[in-house]
Amino acid sequence: MAVQDNIGGAPPRTSLLNDPVFRGIIYQVLVAAAVIGFAAWIVLNTAQNLAMQNKTTGFDFLFRTAGFDISFTLFPWSRTSLYWQAFVAGLLNTLLVAVIGIFFATIIGFTLGIARLSSNWLISRVATVYIETIRNIPLLLQLFFWYFAVLKAMPAVRDSFLLPLGIYINQRGIMVPKPLPDHEFIWVAVAFVLCLVAAIAIGVWATRQRTLTGHYPSSIVLAARVANAVVMFALGYLAFALLGQIIPGLATPMVAAIAALVLVAISFTPYRPYAGAFVASAITFVVAAFLLGGMFNAVPTIAVQLVALLIGLAVGWMMLERIGTAPVDASKFPTALPILVVVGIPLVLYWLIGAELAFEPPVLQRFNFQGGVQLPPELVALVFGLSIYTAAFIAENVRGGIRAVSHGQTEAAQSLGLKEGDRLRLVIVPQAMRVIVPPLTSQYLNLTKNSSLGAAIGYPELVNVFTGTTLNQTGKAIEVIALTMAVYLTFSLVTSAFMNWYNGRVALVER
Amino acid sequence: MTMDLGFVRKEFVPSKPAPGRTGGPILWAQKNLFSTPTDTLFTVIGILFLLWAVPPLYNFIIGHAVMPGGTVEDCRVEGAGACWAYIYARFNFFIYGFYPIQEYWRPNIVFVMLAALIIPLLMPTAPFKRINALLFFVVFPVVSFYLLHGGVFGMRYVPTEQWGGLMVTLIISLVGIICSIPLGILLALGRQSKLPIIKTLCVLFIELWRAVPLITVLFMASIMLPLFMPAGTTVDKLLRALVGVTLFSSAYLAETVRGGLQALPRGQFEAGASLGLGYWKRTYFIILPQALKHVIPGIVNNFIALFKDTSLVSIVGIFDLLNTVQSASSDIEWASPTQAVTGYVFAAFVFWIFCFAMSRYSLWMERRLDTGHKR
Amino acid sequence: MSQVSETTVERNIKTSGMQVSKTDVAIDVIGMHKWYSDFHVLRDINLKVMRGERIVIAGPSGSGKSTLIRCINRLEEHQEGQIIVNGTELTADLKRIDDVRREVGMVFQHFNLFPHLTILQNLTLAPIWVRGIPKAEAEATAMHYLERVKIPEQANKFPGQLSGGQQQRVAIARSLCMKPSIMLFDEPTSALDPEMVKEVLEVMISLAEDGMTMICVTHEMGFARQVANRVIFMDQGQIIEQNDPENFFSNPQHERTKLFLSQILH
Repeated sequence: MAVQDNIGGAPPRTSLLNDPVFRGIIYQVLVAAAVIGFAAWIVLNTAQNLAMQNKTTGFDFLFRTAGFDISFTLFPWSRTSLYWQAFVAGLLNTLLVAVIGIFFATIIGFTLGIARLSSNWLISRVATVYIETIRNIPLLLQLFFWYFAVLKAMPAVRDSFLLPLGIYINQRGIMVPKPLPDHEFIWVAVAFVLCLVAAIAIGVWATRQRTLTGHYPSSIVLAARVANAVVMFALGYLAFALLGQIIPGLATPMVAAIAALVLVAISFTPYRPYAGAFVASAITFVVAAFLLGGMFNAVPTIAVQLVALLIGLAVGWMMLERIGTAPVDASKFPTALPILVVVGIPLVLYWLIGAELAFEPPVLQRFNFQGGVQLPPELVALVFGLSIYTAAFIAENVRGGIRAVSHGQTEAAQSLGLKEGDRLRLVIVPQAMRVIVPPLTSQYLNLTKNSSLGAAIGYPELVNVFTGTTLNQTGKAIEVIALTMAVYLTFSLVTSAFMNWYNGRVALVER
Repeated sequence: MTMDLGFVRKEFVPSKPAPGRTGGPILWAQKNLFSTPTDTLFTVIGILFLLWAVPPLYNFIIGHAVMPGGTVEDCRVEGAGACWAYIYARFNFFIYGFYPIQEYWRPNIVFVMLAALIIPLLMPTAPFKRINALLFFVVFPVVSFYLLHGGVFGMRYVPTEQWGGLMVTLIISLVGIICSIPLGILLALGRQSKLPIIKTLCVLFIELWRAVPLITVLFMASIMLPLFMPAGTTVDKLLRALVGVTLFSSAYLAETVRGGLQALPRGQFEAGASLGLGYWKRTYFIILPQALKHVIPGIVNNFIALFKDTSLVSIVGIFDLLNTVQSASSDIEWASPTQAVTGYVFAAFVFWIFCFAMSRYSLWMERRLDTGHKR
Repeated sequence: MSQVSETTVERNIKTSGMQVSKTDVAIDVIGMHKWYSDFHVLRDINLKVMRGERIVIAGPSGSGKSTLIRCINRLEEHQEGQIIVNGTELTADLKRIDDVRREVGMVFQHFNLFPHLTILQNLTLAPIWVRGIPKAEAEATAMHYLERVKIPEQANKFPGQLSGGQQQRVAIARSLCMKPSIMLFDEPTSALDPEMVKEVLEVMISLAEDGMTMICVTHEMGFARQVANRVIFMDQGQIIEQNDPENFFSNPQHERTKLFLSQILH
């Protein structure tokens, strides 16, 4: 095939058969003829078969009434809906599960990838065992496990498990409280989005000023000090309120508020690491006591609390070393400020305009739950399976990406005096991300393609609704399968377009 | 400079053992588990997690499990672990599916042949590679087909509907890989070709199959393949799945092989051409042997993916390992609270053993090829 | 950093412990040992470097030369003895390590430029984020040093577009931008093609002429002769012999040194 490259201009006396260009053309004509012939044979056969079965072709069936039920749709669905609406419903369900799955898979995957590189032997071993177990077991088997063995083995509706925050779990899925925002709440939501944008803008602006002038602007520093005090008060209040759950007497808001104010005062003295450490210990202690209590319900409470206390103290010790004694100055990024803007302003607005976000908890009636939102077990199992499975692959990509940055880069950054945070932010992460992003995108695509396995556990995604039910009812095999494939082909093309763009953008310039 | 610079060492400083911080299990723990407060915290969290996760897992799999020989009543006891007795009782079904019991010797011979051929094939130092490969890729599939299918030499005919379990899982993945290797190589060569029509066709073929999920390919194979055939032809259900799996995996294999072709230094192509070898001779004698050797780990990884993917054929109604386990889990005779979980754990374990062993092999091979390359 | 006169030498550093006058002694290594797990790589290293001194460390590969200078800005940690740089003793304390690294520049065998940043960005990264120097000023300084290493026209290229010699000169300029008082060179010319060695050595010589305190691990004996005021020979993790270059090359004392020199000089 690649014969033309040997010789440039054809020498005069070559027989036509030995002319590489001519041979190339002959090869191609032969292959093309074979392919076309094969295609024609298939089309002919198909036409004959369809004629024998008295079937017609065409996409007009899309505008007919579907007449079947879909257990879970993102828009109102009834038996009178049309087939193209079934197509859209399936597509949306595919996208829904892909988006949620990608979100969790990314978080778990990055955590595991970093954990696997940890210098802590135990942590890296646990991560390795997870990855080696999960990625060597077929996804479909894992989905069956989550769906049939875990979720379907949950108690019947009447004996539902009650989780915190009014969440119930039973055979029919997970029941969560339904948020009921009132009219004013929309403004809080708008404010939240605006504040998020504002916080990012503040961060970018402050960083730019920092590079241009060598220090953060004084207005930002002042605001950051205020923000620090407010955040300290909020966290201090939270800490005491939480402690009140375990040690009664601290529970009164008055006590908590006064104690939090004392902490704020301390945070303005050189003893500020102790205030921060205390808050961190207290919150960790209560959260750990609660979690461990749930995990080890056979162990006496006092022992659990003792272990939780030790964890809390360890976190406090850690924070003591992390928090600098100096208050916010012009050389430190004002972390508290964006946090306060994003959380604080919408909260104040919420309180000022009297908006209300009520939650309608699911309530157990005689046979089923009333109210709340029901997450179908199919969706839950699919999200679980896809995120856990894909995370194992993402973790390997993350690990590879970080390892691809040579140790010399870290050493060079160290020898220039860059602190760990700056080292990661300016040198390591930008280089690692170039390596991680392309395989990460293909993992996202894989996850989206794998969501088609939802069909096997009855989640109404594209393959289930369209290639399954619709095809069965209409018998339009060719049209339905072609449409389904076109959808996945589009996903794939979009992904590779993104990857080409990204690779072109970040490619290292070489000679 | 007032200092006298001259210095000559009079006596050598002997090597002495490192001070306390290196060596010894306690010191090892200090370094790897408790080196900083953060480290200690993570270790504690890790230990708590293991304390929470391992005992129930142990109790389920071994501690409270009902071992082979137990009865279904034991499995129904409150708090009983895995019902291994059930796996033991249904073991043949998981391995052979509905294959007639008196004919088990036939798949058994196939299993033995498979082991006898594949082990030396995977050992880089074993002799007779060419004959071995010929036997494995050509003779073994043909012999196995007649053995399993029967209908010749007085062997009873066993329709593919009766095939099942691990046997079918292995058949699909092996046929898939054996057929997709030549197809994949051709596609990879085509994609590298300078002839525009051939290149375009190959790119289209590869990218189309790689873009769509296997499940749609299987649907297509099982529904559309009969439509494509001349009227009146019936295509065996297993064969349809095999066609789908082969087309699908050949596209992935083509990309792996292409990686090997691209990794070859340009000089190899030129050296081949300068010797006056034509395209096919050059490819066969010079390019492929080198390229294929380098992509062995990649091919094994493809095979792992394919092996896991074969579980999808259960969706189009073929009784592979997963499907036998799945259908047995509604077996009333062994109905117990842990029946389904036990089945899944068993199937997961079987898949895991195969995939893990293959991935270790591929890693080992990769390292071996790496060092071989440097020398 | 301004140049410091080399006047009195504090003889009794060891007895007075940390009371080192900041002005005279740049680096003081006292009874230092280092192990890689059980392998004793550095044994009883005693080395006092005065301000403005230029030291060349030579020795066979695996003798611990690189490890020694990597210990001086704590890319490696030592297990026994003391390393005091500019009056700051190196311990596990991160703040001290940062303080020392800010004052000590290091040039690596494989340059270790940041491939995702332009030359100019490579040079201004640390001044901006470590020293808090305004960007414009950092860029002016960077251009100054790029001119000094004679490649100002490459400022907006990426490291991958430069030759090895150019990359190494950029790496030197990158360290200089932090205005270090001490420069460490870890075999700066070993990874270069022969014709590029000269351009890098020229930059190092001009640095030496300006009175920079330097420790160079190198096999360039010509450079040692011309520039160093002390040559140290190391083998098996210990200092075997040290002397001024003239005596070191013309009159080596230790057998091991003689053998080494006979093999490396012709």
